[in-house]
Amino acid sequence: MTLQLRVNGVDRSADVDTRVTLLDALRDTLQLPGTKKGCDQGTCGACTVIVDGQRVLSCLTLAVTCAGRDIRTIEGLSQNSDLHPVQSAFLECDAFQCGFCTPGQILSAVCLLDEARAGVPSHVTRDVRQAVVAAALTDEEIRERMSGNLCRCGAYANIVTAVKHSLQSVSEEARP
Amino acid sequence: MRPFKYADAASAADAAFAVARQPNATFLAGGTTIVDLMKIDVLRPDTLIDVGHLALAAIDVSDESVRIGANVRNSQLAWHPVVRDRFPVLSEALLSGATTQLRNMATVAGNIMQRTRCAYFRDVHAACNRRQRGSGCDALLGFNRGHAVLGTSESCIATHPSDMCVAMVILDAVIHTLKADSTKRAIPFVDFHRTPGDTPDIETTLEHGELITHVVVPSQSIGRRSHYLKVRDRASYEFALTSAAVALDLDGRRIRSARVGLGGIATKPWRSVEAEQVLAGQDATGGVFQRAADAALAGAIGREHNRFKIELAKRTIVRALSVTRDLPV
Repeated sequence: MTLQLRVNGVDRSADVDTRVTLLDALRDTLQLPGTKKGCDQGTCGACTVIVDGQRVLSCLTLAVTCAGRDIRTIEGLSQNSDLHPVQSAFLECDAFQCGFCTPGQILSAVCLLDEARAGVPSHVTRDVRQAVVAAALTDEEIRERMSGNLCRCGAYANIVTAVKHSLQSVSEEARP
Repeated sequence: MRPFKYADAASAADAAFAVARQPNATFLAGGTTIVDLMKIDVLRPDTLIDVGHLALAAIDVSDESVRIGANVRNSQLAWHPVVRDRFPVLSEALLSGATTQLRNMATVAGNIMQRTRCAYFRDVHAACNRRQRGSGCDALLGFNRGHAVLGTSESCIATHPSDMCVAMVILDAVIHTLKADSTKRAIPFVDFHRTPGDTPDIETTLEHGELITHVVVPSQSIGRRSHYLKVRDRASYEFALTSAAVALDLDGRRIRSARVGLGGIATKPWRSVEAEQVLAGQDATGGVFQRAADAALAGAIGREHNRFKIELAKRTIVRALSVTRDLPV
């Protein structure tokens, strides 16, 4: 069947079987291989993309369910030659080794910033009744909020640092 | 994956009708269970009716209750300010499950309908009465460390994996459904899931083609002093070995009433009326909490690898009650 998918702000047409996941549609049909296929069973987070503003796993999403939705992948994150602040932070902090999980890590972190700005709690938030403050997120909070993205190289320490730097730059922007 | 037909439902009524008239059709919403299990050939529907885009995604708050649409995402519910305020146990339970990506996909109805993580259920080469009635149960004498100790039978000892459901069951939530003949039902959460008995393949009281439309959680003062404690092998992104959802209504040190739900150790989201009865009217002390925990696990049956869960579950209950007693509310 032919699907109309809106990927990184561009309307694309994809001829896919009902069984094709969003992950395979992006990589194989639309030639956007930045989204990575790790476990293909919803465990590792390498396939993380942003759909309608929320981070989701493209390997457990059927492409046919995505018609008309706003899909963002790592290819659409930078604007012209300007990297997204999270991308810059990953470079500055050396937050990767082999790089395979990095697109998923970065998209996850981009959404983490939005969630932190909205003040929503996580599993490790002391009191879910209180809003969290983005700039005050602890390492424990960042680790919990990034726990859906595995890194086999074990670059976690620098990933936490990169996310922390991103959070600080975001909250500085937000200051009046 | 086997081939299947796909249709995007135009309305809840159309969806119920479409599934009801095809014996091997099923609803699709977030997909986190169905797509996963179709990939490994455990589920083999020939038709998926997509209800994920239906307008069932609102959280409506009134003084009396919170009405949660079937398509509300797990993260949306966990993050809702009124849910966090009135039912911390529900928000905490949701946040303890899976990851943000999965919670952004998984719906409330899908969480209720999620399937067990039993490795034998997920392996089509293993015997599993839940997957194929009458085929046997390889978990009984197999590696059953993650399996249930309450509500089991000789046909099945698979654990119900949900965290959210354990909170829902102590909050007296009610599941609302729509059938293909357009009749509606309201099913108390505690009656929705079935223990396995001789027919573990029949997991809920839903009929084929009956669609969950929303869940209503009544507002009640006991919900404010509530807590979800989850014990697991990893600090994050792991199913429970044991968990407890508890709520206390206190008059000073005295317990007016209590709620105790258990996860990770039972074949359905477990509410322990036995523990609640021990607690009611007593002082909130460690000794009373211990007696409640003993009552909750009195009927537990441990097997080779999961016996430790009985003691662990008791300690989980005692800890959860102690934390809840001391909450600043």
